Amino acid sequence: MKLFDHIPALIIAVPLLAAFLAPLIGKINKKATGVFATLALGLSLIFTIILAVKVLSVGPQIYVFGEKSPFLTLPSGLKFPIRIMFQVDAMGIFMGLITALVSFLGAIYSLAFIDKKDGLDSYYSLLLLLTVSMFGMELTGDLFNFFVFLEIASMASVSLICYRGTNLGEPVEAGFKYMVVSSISALMVLFAVGIFYGEYDVLNIAAIASVIKYSQLDKIALGILVSVLAMKAGAVPVHMWTPDAYSEAPAPITMILVAASQASLYAIFRVVFSLYNITLNTLAVGWIIIIFGLLSMFIGVTMAIIQKDIKRLMAYHAISQTGYMLLGVGVGLAVLANPISLSQYGITAMEGGIFHIMNHAMYKGLLFLTAGALFFRTGTRDLDKMGGLAHYMKYTTIFFIIGAAAIAGLPPFNGFASKLLIYESVYKFNPLLSIIAMLVSILTLASFVKVFHSAFLGPKLPQFKEVKEVPRSMVLAMAVLSCIIIFFGLFPDLIVKNLVHPAVMSLVEQFKYTSIVLGGM
Amino acid sequence: MKEMSKIVRNVTNLVYGFAIIFGFYIIVHGHLTPGGGFQGGAVVASAFALLLISYGQLKVKQILNINIFSLLESCGLTMFITLAFLGLGVTFFYNFLANSGSWFGNMVIPGINPGDMNTAGVLPLMNIAVGLEVFSGLGIIVLIMSGGAEYTKKKENPEDDR
Amino acid sequence: MIGNFPYFTVIIYIGCGIYILMFQKNLIKLAIGINLIECGTNLFLITLGYRKGAVAPIYTQAPAGQAMVLPTPQALTLTSIVIGVATSALILSIAMMIYKHYGSIEVDEVRRLRG
Repeated sequence: MKLFDHIPALIIAVPLLAAFLAPLIGKINKKATGVFATLALGLSLIFTIILAVKVLSVGPQIYVFGEKSPFLTLPSGLKFPIRIMFQVDAMGIFMGLITALVSFLGAIYSLAFIDKKDGLDSYYSLLLLLTVSMFGMELTGDLFNFFVFLEIASMASVSLICYRGTNLGEPVEAGFKYMVVSSISALMVLFAVGIFYGEYDVLNIAAIASVIKYSQLDKIALGILVSVLAMKAGAVPVHMWTPDAYSEAPAPITMILVAASQASLYAIFRVVFSLYNITLNTLAVGWIIIIFGLLSMFIGVTMAIIQKDIKRLMAYHAISQTGYMLLGVGVGLAVLANPISLSQYGITAMEGGIFHIMNHAMYKGLLFLTAGALFFRTGTRDLDKMGGLAHYMKYTTIFFIIGAAAIAGLPPFNGFASKLLIYESVYKFNPLLSIIAMLVSILTLASFVKVFHSAFLGPKLPQFKEVKEVPRSMVLAMAVLSCIIIFFGLFPDLIVKNLVHPAVMSLVEQFKYTSIVLGGM
Repeated sequence: MKEMSKIVRNVTNLVYGFAIIFGFYIIVHGHLTPGGGFQGGAVVASAFALLLISYGQLKVKQILNINIFSLLESCGLTMFITLAFLGLGVTFFYNFLANSGSWFGNMVIPGINPGDMNTAGVLPLMNIAVGLEVFSGLGIIVLIMSGGAEYTKKKENPEDDR
Repeated sequence: MIGNFPYFTVIIYIGCGIYILMFQKNLIKLAIGINLIECGTNLFLITLGYRKGAVAPIYTQAPAGQAMVLPTPQALTLTSIVIGVATSALILSIAMMIYKHYGSIEVDEVRRLRG
């Protein structure tokens, strides 16, 4: 059907139109902006689910912008593609599903959470722009297009972090730090894209992948890309912006920022697997990514135990869980050139790492939303001042228990499934890495027991006497995330077989990625 | 921000109209000569910045209204994305007006020629939309930043700002 | 060797930009440093398109049979300049808000988020 072919473009076009119409609607009626944004993001979620069903059953989809037909990658007489195209394979749509769900729930949560009246239309406009840019980063098949969406994402998220900055000074300071880090990393990504263009005269990822030789300039480009994209993703030597930015942003924005950091992590995997594949020295680069992962896990969790601010503690845990993803995929990369080890434990390690991306977005989103609910009712984020809130906020307590159990890796929830995949396969690669991972998991559980005890348990405090439960839209968003966590925890096999395994295979097999574009569909 | 001397104000009176017209010329001829939406919009916004510097911020804020700029910016953006959607019959962003004989639809003559403005389809319309958006957006930025010249340290009393 | 002169300028720009970001303490100087890195990257992109003895790729009034420089890096650079304008505007607005709250734009006095 005609509309069916255009769905990859509609996924970004509908929120983009809504983002541009939101200020006009805001001039008529302020509250309608929120409902309008939620409808646009809901439509985007439906389109993403339809595209996911199509990609997982038929194969990778491409969409060429501005050409006579959406599938015409090589017009007559040309040997390489010249137009910007979206190339959606199983890994891209996996990240796209995470983005769609997280943004939709963030918009629903914001309907009740944001109570400032004067900047509200710009808030929803920026939230829609952030969603558009995350979809663009995950679905695109062109390197320069990825840079443009990366810049849009960083600017939209900086403006949203500074949203509370009209009365307070700390959000503005956090926004400044994040802006400097984002600018440097995006400009260095542009430098690497320039290196690729100067060498090969094409900008399309599949086209570069088919002609790449691992020359000295390519090594420089790989080094630049991996380090600056790790800077945007919050891995350890360059993680300094993460605690400030995640703690000072409004709670639904923090949830969407976690998904945006994971989009940069996806970009590392796309560059290393689909652009270079086995032309690079997989053992060396794999070990570098594994070292990033180990440092992130360990330093993240040890810095988290001593925090007093609840959102800063959760932000350090986000750094730590990013380490798990880097560890899993790094082990898969290290054995990529070795087919026996790849089939024995490499594929399982990558499945664990990539499944952990989705699980982390779900349970970390839930934890940030509960922290936002606590801030909404009590007005403070300091754990020393909170106490005994389980008496007043029953739903929030249950959701927090579910989130904390999931992040610690306890059995009926989804954290256990992905962590078990990582432990088993990484043990066969090198036992020490697996033991460090398990130790970090124990420390994670310890710090969340501390948070639960400080914030929720204890006698009723007199200053919280009129604290009630949070409004219904916030409870709805948290409930949806909890249901997904429980469902993924009870049936992980279903998710791994249908969503994660095709994603891993589409990363590992580079020739399928390039043949779709250059085979001349 | 105080206004500047009489010589500067008189030269501004003569020049700022030509600067705005020159900016619009660059926007509309984007498909023939170097230029286009962003470049022309930046030239128009620099005319606004010239007005701000020579007349001072208090007087210019009565002439240039931020709400109208905001409305123009949203209109420009909506026009751009609507033009992209109109090509959705073939693909998103398809140039459905080029070589079609209607508005901006003449065929492009290959080789050396003075350039026909009636060509290139959707491109001049998108240039106009982007130019509208850029000069309004940069105008808002310049007007709001000039309002920041009234901030003083938090301990002392802030001056009257309007 | 003389043809590589723009690339040396790129290295000088990016080097100065990174030096400023590492060692300066004033917020406006940090904004200038980011602007320098952006200028260096734009110069790098434009220089990639140069071909020896070629003219500007303008379609009207061009001499016949003449080589032209590559136009694609020029489009990339234009996009990057637009992004740089938006980035500079945002960073300077953030610096203005920090001044409004704290009365100073030195990093040592403004910093409150630690640990």
